[in-house]
Amino acid sequence: MRRRRRTPTDASAPDGLPEPPVIEFRGAGLTYPGPPAVAAFKPADLALRRGEFVTVVGPSGSGKSTFLNIVGLLDRPTEGTYLLDGIDTGRLSDNGRTALRGRRIGFVFQSFHLLPHRSSVENVALAMLYSAVPARERRARAREALDRVGLAHRAQALPSRLSGGERQRVAVARALVGRPSLLLCDEPTGNLDTANSEVVMELLAELHLAGLTILVITHDPAIAERGSRTLTIRDGVLSDRSPAAAATGQAIR
Amino acid sequence: MRLRPSRPVRGAGSGRGSVEHSRLTPRDLVSEAVAGMLQRPARSALTALGTVLGVGTFVAVLGLTATTSSQIDSRFNPLTATEVTVEDVAHDLNPFAGRTFPADADDRVQGLNGVEHAGVLWDVRLGPETAVRSSPVGTVGGERIGVVAASPGAVEASAPHVVQGRLYDRYLADRAEPVAVIGSGVAARLGITTLETGPAVFIGDQPFTVVGIIDDSLRRPEFALSVLVPSTTAERVWGPPGAGERMLVSTRMGAARQIADEVPTALRPDHPEYLKSVPPPDPRTLRRSVTSDLNQLFLLLAGICLVIGAVGIANTTLVAVLERTGEIGLRRALGAKGRHITLQFLTESGALGVIGGLVGASLGAVTVVVVAVVREWTPVLDAATVAAAPLMGLLTGLLAGVYPSWRAARIQPAEALRR
Repeated sequence: MRRRRRTPTDASAPDGLPEPPVIEFRGAGLTYPGPPAVAAFKPADLALRRGEFVTVVGPSGSGKSTFLNIVGLLDRPTEGTYLLDGIDTGRLSDNGRTALRGRRIGFVFQSFHLLPHRSSVENVALAMLYSAVPARERRARAREALDRVGLAHRAQALPSRLSGGERQRVAVARALVGRPSLLLCDEPTGNLDTANSEVVMELLAELHLAGLTILVITHDPAIAERGSRTLTIRDGVLSDRSPAAAATGQAIR
Repeated sequence: MRLRPSRPVRGAGSGRGSVEHSRLTPRDLVSEAVAGMLQRPARSALTALGTVLGVGTFVAVLGLTATTSSQIDSRFNPLTATEVTVEDVAHDLNPFAGRTFPADADDRVQGLNGVEHAGVLWDVRLGPETAVRSSPVGTVGGERIGVVAASPGAVEASAPHVVQGRLYDRYLADRAEPVAVIGSGVAARLGITTLETGPAVFIGDQPFTVVGIIDDSLRRPEFALSVLVPSTTAERVWGPPGAGERMLVSTRMGAARQIADEVPTALRPDHPEYLKSVPPPDPRTLRRSVTSDLNQLFLLLAGICLVIGAVGIANTTLVAVLERTGEIGLRRALGAKGRHITLQFLTESGALGVIGGLVGASLGAVTVVVVAVVREWTPVLDAATVAAAPLMGLLTGLLAGVYPSWRAARIQPAEALRR
C-alpha cells in the first residue's frame, strides 16, 4: 500500500530538469474483455505539456469516452502505461487514483453536474470537500474562483436560477478551484446554444492564456479549432493532426 | 470577465510526485448528510414517520406500564393487604350441599392466629314491595336501601367509623334482637338525626331499633348506604341466606395469605373446596401480570412499527441513491472514495432514524403524561427508556442504510457521469 504513494522513479525529475508532461501515454490502450473483446481505445503514445490547450475531436462512438475515462482516471488502461504529472497511474491503488483524480484533474461535464439544491458558491466549494480543506477556506476560495469566471455576483444563486452558460461557468470554477494540473472538459458546450458556447470557450481560452493545461473532448469540429493543438480520434485510433504540435509540442494559437 | 494572468495554475502543491489521500472530516460528513436530507424535507419527514411511530409506541408503552405499576402500588395499601374474603362456591360443586358456612363460623375463624375480626355477611333479598322506611307508613322515594345481614365480627372487620351510638354486639346477635346499625347516608334519607329518641327503621313491616350510625367503613364503603342487621336476626326474619353468604376477615399485617390458606379448612374440614378464600393481591404478581399481557402485545406492535420504519428509510435511501447517481459520480470525480459515499448515505439514513427517534420519544412521553393527567395518575417514565429512544432510532436508520449505501459506493463514476 505504501509503495503506491511513492513517486515513480523515471518521472520524479529533480529540480532543474525539464518537467514531465502533464499527460503521458506510453502505448496506453483499453480493450474490453469480451466475448467478443472490443478494442475501445487502441494503444497510443501521447504527451501533453504543461500549458497546452488540446482538443480531441471525433464522431460519437469513436472512443472519445474511453479516452476521457482513461485520462480522467475513471478507467484503467488494459495495456501500456498512463502517467499523470509523471505518476504512473497503473501502480496506484483505487484510493490513490481517487485522490489523484480529485486533486490533479478538474472535470467539466456536458451536463454540468451541479447539485441542484446548493448555491453556486457551495457547488464550487464541494470540489475541496475531500481534500480536507477547512470549510471557511473552501468558501473563500470558491468565491475567488467564481470571481475568476466572472460570476461573483451569482455566488448565492441556485443552479436553477442560472442560464446554461452561467451553469457551465460555475462548473469551470468548480473544476479549477482545486488548482488542478489538468482541466478535463467533456463536450463542455454540448448543452449550450451558440452564444453561451462562445462565452464558455472564451473563458477556456483565457484560462489557457493564464497558464492552465486544458483538454477538451468534443464532436464539434468548430470547437476543436479553438485548441492550440487538435487530436483526432476515430475507431479507437488517436492521431495527432496538428502540424504545429508535430513541430514543437508547444503550439500556441 | 476578470482574469489574473499573473497567477498560472500549476500542479497541486509542491509534492508533484506524491498525492495525499482523500479525506473527509466528520464535521463535513455530517453537514453533507444534513444538506442531503434537507434537499427534500417533506420526503425526509415522511420517511422518519415509521421510526417516529415505532419509537413513540415503545416509549408510550413502557411509560404507561411504569405509570400503572406505580398506581397499583399506591392502591395497594395496608387496608387491602390485611383483608381476606371467603366466598361460597359449594353450589357450583354440589347443588344439594346444605348451608356452607357453619353456625359457629365466626368463632372458628376468630380462633385462628393472626385474625383480628371475622364474620359472615350477606345481602338480604327483599321483595319488590318491601321498603326501608322510618315509620310504618311513610315511603322513601328513589332508589332502594340495601339491607345487609352481618354478624358482629363482620361489622368489626369492615372497619367502620361510628358517628353515634354503638355497634350491635354478640349478646344482641345471639338473641337475634331486631336491632340495626345504619349508614349515615341512610340516616340522612330517613331523617334520623339523633339516637336519643330511640328511632326505629321499618324493613317491610318489621321494626328494627337503630343502635348506631356509621359514616364510613374503610373496607366496605357501601355500608354507608346500607342498613346492617345481625345475621341471626336476618335469618330469623327472612330465612337462611342462600348462595350469597360470604365472610369478611381482617387480619394482622402479613398474616393475610396464611389465613386465606387456613380458613376453608377451619370452616369446613370435610369440604374445604366448598369455600374459596380471596387473599389480598400480591403486588409483585399484579405488576408482573400488567407487564406481561397487554404490554407485550404493544411492544410487539412497536417492534413492527420500527421494522416498517426501517423499511421506509431503506426504500427512500435507495431511491435517493438511484436519483442521485449523477451526484455520486461527481463526488467520485472530485476525489471521494467509495467509503466516503457509503458514509454519507449511512449518515443520512442514521440521522433520519435519530430524528424519528427524538420525535417519537417526545410524542411517547407526551402520550404518557396526557393519559396520566386524564386518569389523574402520577406519570412515571424511566429516564433510560427516553434516553434509549434516539439510540433505537439511530440503530434503525443505520441498519436501513446498509444496503442502499453499499449500492451507492458500487456505482461506477464513469457510468454515473455519462448521465
